[in-house]
Amino acid sequence: MQNLWLIPAFPFLGFLLNGLFGRKFPKAVINLIAVASVLASFGWVLKVWSSGGDLAANPIHEHYFTWMQSGQFNVGWDFAVDKLTMIMLFVVTGIGSLIHFYATGYMAHEEGYYRFFAYLNLFMFFMLNLVLGGNYLILFVGWEGVGLCSYLLVGFYIVKKSATTAGNKAFIVNRIGDFGFSLAMFLIVVNFKTLDFTQVFSAAPGAPTSTLTAIALLLLVGATGKSAQIPLYVWLPDAMEGPTPVSALIHAATMVTAGVYMCTRSAVIFLHAPIAMETVAVIGLATAVFAATIGLTQYDIKKVYAYSTVSQLGYMFLGVGVGAFSAGIWHLVTHAFFKALLFLGAGSVIHACHGEQDMRHMGGLWKYAKGTGATLICASLAISGFPFTAGYFSKDAILGAAYAHEPWMYWVGVVTAGMTAFYVWRAFWMTFTGEYKGHGHPHESPWSMLGPLVVLAILSLGGGFFFNVPKILDNMFPIKEGAEDMTLTYISVAFGLGGIALSYYMYVVNTKVPERITAGLGGLYTLVYNKYFVDEIYDTAVVRPLVDGSTTVLWHVADQGIIDGAVNGVGTEARGIGGILKLLQGGNIRSYATWVVVGAVVLLVVMGVTAMGFAAVGQ
Amino acid sequence: MPEAMQVLQSGVPVSWYLILSAVLFTLGVAGFLLRRSVITVFMCIELMLNAVNLSFVAFSNQHKDVSGNIFTFFVMVVAAAEAAVGLAIILTVFKNRQTLNIDEINTLKN
Repeated sequence: MQNLWLIPAFPFLGFLLNGLFGRKFPKAVINLIAVASVLASFGWVLKVWSSGGDLAANPIHEHYFTWMQSGQFNVGWDFAVDKLTMIMLFVVTGIGSLIHFYATGYMAHEEGYYRFFAYLNLFMFFMLNLVLGGNYLILFVGWEGVGLCSYLLVGFYIVKKSATTAGNKAFIVNRIGDFGFSLAMFLIVVNFKTLDFTQVFSAAPGAPTSTLTAIALLLLVGATGKSAQIPLYVWLPDAMEGPTPVSALIHAATMVTAGVYMCTRSAVIFLHAPIAMETVAVIGLATAVFAATIGLTQYDIKKVYAYSTVSQLGYMFLGVGVGAFSAGIWHLVTHAFFKALLFLGAGSVIHACHGEQDMRHMGGLWKYAKGTGATLICASLAISGFPFTAGYFSKDAILGAAYAHEPWMYWVGVVTAGMTAFYVWRAFWMTFTGEYKGHGHPHESPWSMLGPLVVLAILSLGGGFFFNVPKILDNMFPIKEGAEDMTLTYISVAFGLGGIALSYYMYVVNTKVPERITAGLGGLYTLVYNKYFVDEIYDTAVVRPLVDGSTTVLWHVADQGIIDGAVNGVGTEARGIGGILKLLQGGNIRSYATWVVVGAVVLLVVMGVTAMGFAAVGQ
Repeated sequence: MPEAMQVLQSGVPVSWYLILSAVLFTLGVAGFLLRRSVITVFMCIELMLNAVNLSFVAFSNQHKDVSGNIFTFFVMVVAAAEAAVGLAIILTVFKNRQTLNIDEINTLKN
């Protein structure tokens, strides 16, 4: 036994301690509990990894108890660890520890300190359940749990209306995805009589393609919700209302990649459903381009990175869709490094500018915050695919595989890579060069915040060397040979560098250019700046009709009319009848006595008449 | 032999008893409905009970069946208990309201 259950148990213990008693703890104790619990589970992951032996040949599988049983159908509380899970465990606990540490500095002056860390630990617990789960239902428990924590943490600033609205939006949009996921699970149960990964995947190749396609597409619906893909991506940019460490941990590095993990986990099903695979690739690519264009125009630094996250998640789905599962996971890992760093760096920038998030009110921070600036350079290089940084390897693997699948997908992906480099560096130039245009005096962040930034910067630069995911996942997925053509790599690097150079020209050398372009594009710019009005379209097409329909039909007619009408009607009728009957209750004892006598006489008469009737019949 | 002697020799017919019982019962009902004093009303109730007892005994004798007599005992026990409780209530009512006029004891309404 490796006691895998300890991995999620540590953060859960931290959640219980901080959540139940945190109000009374001093901050140092809350910090200790929160950080130590995640570090402990990171330590236990290390221990499992070092003593686990060859995970490819002998995946660890631990069964704790039977959760539900119904006839032949049986779901156990099972944890399983293979190489894919191991990678996810390292990402979740490793990045999680860093971000917990960072958050102790970032949240130091916030209200509800203990509440924040309790939720954060609870999130770790559910996320670890998600990746450790040995069947779809345990995965789903984690899946829903992280959704809950996302909701709680997005709406963490409970006095802020926009934050609670954003939390609701994240939760409700995810319900649509979860609906698809649930249907997929029902289909799996109906067809395979089990939810256990190993049993499902060994039975899947024998199932009809139409069934597998349906399951895969429904799983994809779930993944588009959780991983913010078209058409359900709208919640993620709004989720930036949450505190920045939350954006880094949940909405960049871990939770939003759960959809990619789930699709990769279900690789067997997807591989036998070519139509679903093609859909995944197209949705991923479309999301990548679409979100990147929006990212070009945003001014809120966190919104830029949020659209960047949506776009990069699109890349991962592109990788999965063209069959390069390990490349998708590779990008998941490197993206976790550099996107967590971008968000934490953004948090540091926001901290430096006293809570300002609009990049037009920043600028010239290099003088004041060199540490943050240097780490952000590393992250921006990595996401632009600068040679030999982490993003270079993984993005290249995906683009190579995309070329082998469909050359046009490669070209769209490369253009997106250019846009990515442009908007990320645009954000950097706008915040760190020029004159400071904000209020107050900017200051560098404390070491508790800079420390994790430095670690992540090293990982962003060298992560591609340290973690060669396709090599680690050797043989786990069918080998998808990328086109072994260095020209493709040169082209994508050239696009990345071009993006960086263009942004340098437009935002440092000649700062009049963006205005002229904006003016020249006119309506098109307005369209993109307003995020293609997707929120407004959803509002008109889905939300309004639903709300209005519910108001008129469900509220006014069904609830007030039928249900309230019936309930109140019974009450009114009872009062009416009682009003008549109470006239009998005069309080005069002799009138009661009279009624008794009258009743007795009537009874006697009736009995007499009936008796005579019987007697007559008898004759 | 005069008719009355014949009756005495062959036993009183049961209908006589029943007529007496009915008369007593009707007197009880009439008193119950018409009198204003709670005590009188109470006595009328006793009268009705005993009228019924009379019918029980008469039928019991006619059918040579002891259950009518047993019923009578039950009725007497209940009547005794009722008298104890009822008189106690009447006493308390009088203490509180200084009246036994049944038309004024009318707060148990609506």
